Amino acid sequence: MNIQQLREQFPQLSRTVYGKPLVYLDNAATSLRPQPVIDKWTEISSERTANLHRAVHHIAAEATEEYENTRLKVAGFINASDPSEIVFTSGATHSLNLLAFSLGEAFVRQGDEIIVSEAEHHSNLVPWQMLCARKGAVLKRLTVDDSGRLQAELLPSLITPRTRIVAVAHISNVLGLVNPIEEIAAVCRKNGVLLVVDGAQGIVHQQVDVQALGCDFYAFSGHKMYASPGTGVLWGRKELLEQVPPMFGGGEMIETVSWESSTYAPLPRKFEAGTQNISGTPTLSPAIDLMRRMPPQEDVKEYVYSTLTEEPGVRLFGTTSDLSLKAPVFSFAVEGAHHEDLALILDKMGVAVRSGQMCAEPLMDRLGVTGLLRASFAPYNTLSEAEFFVNSLRKAISMLK
Amino acid sequence: MTLQEKKEQIIEEFSMFDEWLDKYEYLIELGKALAPYPEEKKTDDRLIKGCQSRVWLDAQMSGGSLVFSADSDAVITRGIISLLVGVYSGRTPQEILSDDFSFLEAIGLKENLSPTRANGLLSMIETIRKKASENV
Repeated sequence: MNIQQLREQFPQLSRTVYGKPLVYLDNAATSLRPQPVIDKWTEISSERTANLHRAVHHIAAEATEEYENTRLKVAGFINASDPSEIVFTSGATHSLNLLAFSLGEAFVRQGDEIIVSEAEHHSNLVPWQMLCARKGAVLKRLTVDDSGRLQAELLPSLITPRTRIVAVAHISNVLGLVNPIEEIAAVCRKNGVLLVVDGAQGIVHQQVDVQALGCDFYAFSGHKMYASPGTGVLWGRKELLEQVPPMFGGGEMIETVSWESSTYAPLPRKFEAGTQNISGTPTLSPAIDLMRRMPPQEDVKEYVYSTLTEEPGVRLFGTTSDLSLKAPVFSFAVEGAHHEDLALILDKMGVAVRSGQMCAEPLMDRLGVTGLLRASFAPYNTLSEAEFFVNSLRKAISMLK
Repeated sequence: MTLQEKKEQIIEEFSMFDEWLDKYEYLIELGKALAPYPEEKKTDDRLIKGCQSRVWLDAQMSGGSLVFSADSDAVITRGIISLLVGVYSGRTPQEILSDDFSFLEAIGLKENLSPTRANGLLSMIETIRKKASENV
């Protein structure tokens, strides 16, 4: 598959805004949907709508098979040791809230400590703050340096006998830097601390092998990896998922229910209460198929990185000497030009970028900015789109100067 | 110039531009030319909620009229502020309250803003109306 064939899979790439071709560079927020994903959603909605697992009728059996095959495919995609370690959720936010609740109930007591990186998306920070408030636990900060690099080397000095959980992103949604998860996992393992990884960006830009990473939990969303919005995954080590209580009670997640109490279904259904996203979750399957066939990205990353680092007045965060450790996610400030003004002008030129705090206010405080502009690329973005973005940015800056 | 005349003047100015980029260039010019706003008035109680950029609005009664001054760290927002201050500053609270702020629609500003900025604009209008009703 070449890039032109890839682009043809995404209907939205051919639309225009304000009469200009859309250049969609907000992929770190939400990727576009390919035709096989749209088709899968439509196919299930029109032919295989039924609740899972319970009913004896034929359609329910088909729907269940499709859903469980998706679980097998996801397990293979991230090299989980067992499909029962794959819990379907509504997205990374759901996965992380589930973890903060369930791990908190099982393992966190008053005075215990949770360590979170200060570069985190709010979805991997606020649930831990809520846990700390609920349990009287202490939230500790793993810092980044002035460029945004996570200071993972400081982790051993932060861990105490009271530390229970470390939560960190695989790749920062603002900085695009790949964090050294294997190293962090080794430190956690040595100290008997659980490691939760927010893989919302990681699943898109890395070949994820959860066993090789060495973490205990890995959370991600479908909508950033070309699948339907409202889908997501929580992977966890089986022995840990078995030890922690569910967050939601309801249908599907029980084994037996009496008036007094209930026993829970085995993994993964223990964590899948209520009617699942029966049309959405199976779209993970064609999304994974496509990701496996995607051509390598054009030289967009090298071009944008070198251009933005050399551009006068532009301050790029998340710099690195090794571009293999950087996803094509570029957040930057422009001297004398507000991020919101730039985004507004770029929008009128047909370029969709993100501006603001990118759901990472503590990181903005750390970097000393009120917000940034972010351009995030997907494999379907061409080098000529990247060049158009740079030229549009230059024009926007000159309008504002 | 009456409030009505001022609004008509702005609508006419904006009608000269075909492209939204040109309208932005004009708003940027207005933003850059906005009268300086004192640093000591950049307080939290003057900060308008609901904007991606920060917007401060100060309102004082003077001889029966409301005098507005405002600022933002984003220049297009400053341009919008300049329009609002130009139209509504120096008017009586009654004049402001009886106006429907429809000139913003007539120049296409509301529907051409991103939802976050449109919310910011609505917040600015609400704040101006609130100041007027507090001073009737």
